[in-house]
Amino acid sequence: MTTENGSARSLRHSYFEATARQRLSWLLDEGSFRELLSPTESSPSTHLAALDIPGAFDDGVVIGEGALNKKPVFIISQEGQFMGGSVGEIHGAKIVGLLRRAQRDKPSAVLFLVDSGGVRLHEANAGLIAISEIMRAILDTRAAGIPVVALVGGSCGAFGGMGIVTCLCSAIVISEEGRLALSGPEVIETVAGVEEFDSRDRALVWRVTGGKHRYLMNDCAALVEDNPVAFRDAATQLLADNAFAPPGLAAQQKNQSRLQARLEKFKDMRDGLQVWQALGIQDPAAIPMMNCADLTRLQKELYT
Amino acid sequence: MNLTSILDSLFPAGHQVRIDGHQLAGTASTAAGEVTVLGTTDGAAIDHKIALYLAQQILTTIQAHPRRPLIFLVDTQGQALSRAQELLCLNGSLAHLAACVDLARRLGHVSLSLVTGEAVSGGYLSFGLMADRAYALASSQVRVMDLKAMARVTKIDHAKLVELSASAPTFAPGAENYQRMGAIEDIWQAPSATQLEAALAQLLKTQVGTDLRMQAGQDSTGRVLAARIVDQILAA
Repeated sequence: MTTENGSARSLRHSYFEATARQRLSWLLDEGSFRELLSPTESSPSTHLAALDIPGAFDDGVVIGEGALNKKPVFIISQEGQFMGGSVGEIHGAKIVGLLRRAQRDKPSAVLFLVDSGGVRLHEANAGLIAISEIMRAILDTRAAGIPVVALVGGSCGAFGGMGIVTCLCSAIVISEEGRLALSGPEVIETVAGVEEFDSRDRALVWRVTGGKHRYLMNDCAALVEDNPVAFRDAATQLLADNAFAPPGLAAQQKNQSRLQARLEKFKDMRDGLQVWQALGIQDPAAIPMMNCADLTRLQKELYT
Repeated sequence: MNLTSILDSLFPAGHQVRIDGHQLAGTASTAAGEVTVLGTTDGAAIDHKIALYLAQQILTTIQAHPRRPLIFLVDTQGQALSRAQELLCLNGSLAHLAACVDLARRLGHVSLSLVTGEAVSGGYLSFGLMADRAYALASSQVRVMDLKAMARVTKIDHAKLVELSASAPTFAPGAENYQRMGAIEDIWQAPSATQLEAALAQLLKTQVGTDLRMQAGQDSTGRVLAARIVDQILAA
């Protein structure tokens, strides 16, 4: 595939470890990014200041316009290294603002680089309301014919309200290291006990919330290696395929049947290994070691 | 307050609502005609089963009764906390439910939610907060987390949180804080057919499909940054 971003390809980078700004600079065509509401034009959260907590001028999210393989796109990139990418009033309003601008300006797509634990507890009510506003803005954007593609592969994954937001997007690209869920394993362990969910068992956490599992369950459109170029190529391919549809009645009914059928089929299972076996995978234990290309082939076989 | 007396107070002209464990669905008669009533009770922990049940009621209403209003009764302690639920992508089922509410709106169904008990985090996000207008009973509890748990998680002194929450609606539990921030339209002292009918009539008259909560939060001075930031981004 052709690329307009040489610096992303010149070195092997980790998407997981990168900052929000590095990720979008590698994702977009080189030099195409124009930030909206840059740190010099905005102020840190006053709510955090009231709690004597240092803020960030961008409040942990970067938004703007750019190009992906010469197509005009809008982009949102959450900074997991600032308060876990959590959504407060300003952070949320920046995302809603960009999505409303997209509805007006009609770019080819919005890329949403999710890296967030969900609501920022220090601004709990503002964060919850903001997430609700993001949910509606995503659906408004899709209804306006603009696909919103979520990319999940950051250190904070996509949890809490941001897990819901991610699943409202037109498509999800996820890496092996990416995690997508609602309650974090630590929360479940704290409330329900270590027997219910041992949050220190990384392999188990991964088999329940990780990218490979979500992809095998058809919750994500593409599985990629932990590499910004792989994310860029997958997003480019999704835009080229352009198989996005606004969520109409037929699509929602189809999804309802899909979700009901799988709840029936996998009821009471508690580990990815059980689910993969029930999916008809010959050697479920081999999944954790499988590379993306082989796993993608396996997934295509399951769903064709 | 138990659900039957809430339903009797809200729908004196009659209701046929089936309560099945923590979930409920049915119809009721109002001055605006028949409405679909659905929701949760007894502090339901929203799991796949409840989310898909509620989503199915919405899809059935869309298909069988075009433009019939939707009334959500909300009583949820939040999402179910279990490994089995997460294994099947609980956030995906909650997103599906939210998308069904949104689809109904686009197809001309107005929606109104009323918090009758608790409304917490993901459970509230998935349907109550997706309605065109959200209301709460004065006796209800709306929150992400109580202040003691918040103090523990954020390592901020509890006394300081209590002190700050007296003036700022940003983080402390309470429907009145959500009202000040624009997410809850009004707080009702008790379940009231008069107030429900008035709210429904107003919704049917205006048919506002757009999300006006940010503006409402700015108007009531409880959330003054968000609307300005959106304006700045649109103007940039």
